[in-house]
Amino acid sequence: MTVRRVMGIETEYGISVPGDPTANPMLLSGYVVNAYASMRGSRSGRAGWDYEDEMPLHDARGFEVARQVADASQLTDEEDPTLANVVLTNGARLYVDHAHPEYSSPEVTSPRAALRWDRAGERIMLESVRRLSTAPGTAGVNLYKNNTDGKGASYGTHENYLMPRETPFSEITHHLIPFFVARQVMCGAGRVGIGQDSTQAGFQIAQRSDFFEVEVGLETTLKRPIINTRDEPHAVADLYRRLHVIIGDANQCDVAGLLKMGTTSLVLAMIEDHALSVDLSVRKPVATLHAVSHDPGLQELVELRDGRTMTAVQLLWAYYEQADRYLQSRHAGAIDDDTSEVMSRWSSVLTRLERDPMECVREIDWVAKLALLQGYRDRDGLEWSNPRLKAIDIQWSDVRPEKGLFHRMSGRGRIESLIEDAAVEAAMTNPPEDTRAYFRGRCLEKYSAEIAAASWDSVIFELPGQSALQRIPMLEPLRGTREGVGDLIDRSPDASALLRELAAANG
Amino acid sequence: MPNQEHSRPQRRDETPDEAPEPTAATPEATARKDALDDDIDSVLDEIDGVLEANAEEFVRGFVQKGGQ
Repeated sequence: MTVRRVMGIETEYGISVPGDPTANPMLLSGYVVNAYASMRGSRSGRAGWDYEDEMPLHDARGFEVARQVADASQLTDEEDPTLANVVLTNGARLYVDHAHPEYSSPEVTSPRAALRWDRAGERIMLESVRRLSTAPGTAGVNLYKNNTDGKGASYGTHENYLMPRETPFSEITHHLIPFFVARQVMCGAGRVGIGQDSTQAGFQIAQRSDFFEVEVGLETTLKRPIINTRDEPHAVADLYRRLHVIIGDANQCDVAGLLKMGTTSLVLAMIEDHALSVDLSVRKPVATLHAVSHDPGLQELVELRDGRTMTAVQLLWAYYEQADRYLQSRHAGAIDDDTSEVMSRWSSVLTRLERDPMECVREIDWVAKLALLQGYRDRDGLEWSNPRLKAIDIQWSDVRPEKGLFHRMSGRGRIESLIEDAAVEAAMTNPPEDTRAYFRGRCLEKYSAEIAAASWDSVIFELPGQSALQRIPMLEPLRGTREGVGDLIDRSPDASALLRELAAANG
Repeated sequence: MPNQEHSRPQRRDETPDEAPEPTAATPEATARKDALDDDIDSVLDEIDGVLEANAEEFVRGFVQKGGQ
């Protein structure tokens, strides 16, 4: 058992024009995408998106929602030419999703790499902000790595985990719902305001929790479910599913982000191996999710179906202990470094959250944000309804290092970082080397003039002098790595040479 | 602890040495936390300097459309 698996993070950014709340967010998001694409010498219309394998209405429970009854916002596979969309040389997708710019990281194989390429996305958004701030005739655009405006709107940060198709979806749902009810205490981003539109003053642990209204479902933009059933594997459908997790917050703290990806991956590994022996089903999971988020003191008691009650931290200890026992019994003495790091961080953070959450002020977003807000409250005697506290909540996530309050705290050494800036910077242009993102990214880097479109599981070439497009399917996420195709790409001067060699190898 | 027994996780012999120690229990970490607390006034001064001048207008102007 390991934290390692194919995974990735999609992040939608909040977007606004200073002084102009009526600016069109769809258009602005398009500017953001195009600004970055043009700086990098690519055109978003050029290496477009291949929608052939997009199936947003496939449900993991085994049925398909009729298109005419689906909400229009669910139809993410209908190409709208006015919406910008570009595949980057690091293997990521940068595009407009609804009314937000979104960066979908390339596929990676570890929580650390997921953080690294997600943070590369923050830097890419920052470059667009800088570019647009100097564009004549515009007021500039600000971007925020958060998940709500505090006025009733929410936008997502989604995690994706590749799983074997044979694992029954009902098992995933059964074991993951209690985990997600509790997980927020480690990886919530903190929020000023209670309720979707902040009708009640106060501070809560997670940005997203109040927007979750049902336990299981296909929707992502309304009636959001704790477990999202979208079944769009972007891979061999008989072998894999892609678990699409929509309940998380956007993290800026590395440790919280590592725990979010790492502990979730471990719980999934135990589900896959039938290693979870303790039933931790909770009563009223949706109401409990909200109640846990509303109690930064971490004393809220969660009621289990079997009658026990425990805090969210204790519920997470129960998952931790099962993981620890399983690792000892199956892999004693031979635990990989990534798994070891996550387990060690996990127990450390739970120990301190239980003692005093403020001990995690350098590692966990909501604690770091709360500490700053509390500082203001203490110094200036502010009520939670004070607009300055709400402003701090929003400005916390501004992507600009000089304006973003998280970045200010980090710059003062108050936040523990796990990923070097140089590694983040390299990840803005370089793909991960151990997944198919390598093939996608290198092709975009080297043959972009000959690529008509790309997607998670294909690259489509348009070769000079040939009328037919050539589609290279990439349905195995762990093929197309540097080890597999690095030399081939290095020695192929153009796409024609690459395709000839690929055909010979497959022949 | 109410209603439940937990075997507190112990440092295991086979845990690699490079794995991070739980930090807060050490005197160094406590000292660092105290230093952070002492630093809070200067943090607030710094944040005062970058915070949007008209908080109410800034908050009112931050209006998003829903996403996924």
